[in-house]
Amino acid sequence: MRAALSVDWTLCDARGLCAEMLPEVIEADEWGYPLLRNNGTVPFELEKQARATVELCPLLALRLSVPAEVPAQRR
Amino acid sequence: MSAAADLPTAAGAPDPLLLPRLMQVGPDAGADLRAHLGRHGRLSLDMARERLLAEVARSGLTGRGGAGFPAARKLAAVAERSGGRAVVVGNGAEGEPASGKDHVLLSSAPHLVLDGLAVAAYAVRARTAYLYVLDDRGALAVLRAALAQRARAGMDRVTVQLVTAPTAFLSGEESAVVSALSGRPALPYSTPPRVFERGVGGRPTLVHNVETLAQLGLLARWGAEWFAAIGDPEQPGSRLYTVWDGPRARVVEAASGSTARELLAAIGGRPEQVQALLVGGYHGSWLPVAALDAPLSDPALRRYGASAGAGVLLALPHGVCGLREAARVSAYLSAESAQQCGPCLNGLPLIADGMRRLAAPGRAEGVRRRVEHWAGLVEGRGACKHPDGSVRFVRSALQVFGPELDLHARGRCSASTAEPMLPCDVEPATARGRG
Repeated sequence: MRAALSVDWTLCDARGLCAEMLPEVIEADEWGYPLLRNNGTVPFELEKQARATVELCPLLALRLSVPAEVPAQRR
Repeated sequence: MSAAADLPTAAGAPDPLLLPRLMQVGPDAGADLRAHLGRHGRLSLDMARERLLAEVARSGLTGRGGAGFPAARKLAAVAERSGGRAVVVGNGAEGEPASGKDHVLLSSAPHLVLDGLAVAAYAVRARTAYLYVLDDRGALAVLRAALAQRARAGMDRVTVQLVTAPTAFLSGEESAVVSALSGRPALPYSTPPRVFERGVGGRPTLVHNVETLAQLGLLARWGAEWFAAIGDPEQPGSRLYTVWDGPRARVVEAASGSTARELLAAIGGRPEQVQALLVGGYHGSWLPVAALDAPLSDPALRRYGASAGAGVLLALPHGVCGLREAARVSAYLSAESAQQCGPCLNGLPLIADGMRRLAAPGRAEGVRRRVEHWAGLVEGRGACKHPDGSVRFVRSALQVFGPELDLHARGRCSASTAEPMLPCDVEPATARGRG
């Protein structure tokens, strides 16, 4: 399992920074909200960039789950 | 009192094949404590917790609030984190306008629900218990009286706090329930943390639908074999269905996996007049009339991409325009968005507007394609499942009412009446007084 980005949709306000920072994973939809490619899976070489994106989101609406933190579906 | 330190055996149990189990025959027969004890006997909570949890697991009881999750897994998730400080919640916030079964259950058999809440509190070593119910349907007075009777009889180890829920479609959504009971607005929030990890006041919380609890109240008395003697073997037991034959509804207790035809027959409906079926309510799926003989349980409905949800079955008769009804419900679902998440907030009104256009006879170039595009944009992109459920409803409507779409494109409509049928309040802001 690779690291993956997810969005807290109650916080996101379509500022669009993430899509500019990490276009390989995130694009903006027609309203400006992030569309996560490949369920938000972050290629290994982009992990650092993904961390920076999470920190730069002005609404703290992005979360990066590294494998150990991926919420296990309770079987 | 039954024997201590062991689970009640089936000795003295009622015939497991006999229905109803939960519902009361006479009016208010179960609202009176003496009548309740006379019918079901006293609940004994002396068995070991591990055995109780194992018994629930063996029974196959699943949640009756809509998601159909195994009750034992939810109980175990809270029990293992409890540390004696867990919270249990009986969820009777039945916000779905097409569902009436929780209201009927709470009004006619409140003691069975409260028994189940006591079982749940015991199983997870909870110190706090809530019963969370709508305040607009009149069950509150019955519940207050029932709680007073139990207090006088010294029945419950954990005091139950009765809390009213706002009348809104999303009131009963698990995280919205936890928000409300934690003193925040009754709206969903993003998970994780899941409520079994951190729920009401940050404590591990068990939220069970009130029907699930009533089933637990019987299961704790009579055991897993008794419970599972009827119903779909993969999702056994009885369950409450709210059955609509056109504009007329009744709540029916039947074996899980009863077919739409059987349920309609039970309320004197006419299967031959059915145009299409809505199963699982407004987050559910429209099915073609060929599904009349499909068992209404989650395992059996899987091949239709549908689920039984909270047990709503609605039979749409011929002569009513399915597209117009679907458009009305789409407008309702859009208005009932919590307005917190961008895709839902932006997408549902556009979908509703597209559905409104498709519902009117006449050319609607590209509208269906755009509705499907927006459906794709809202799906899976919210804190709760409201966008997903709304999309399921809309997509299945477009599929099942495909022939009607073609008629409309040619400027015609199959309807013989313009009378609105499905129950939904399309001006919620005025009628509901939520803000």
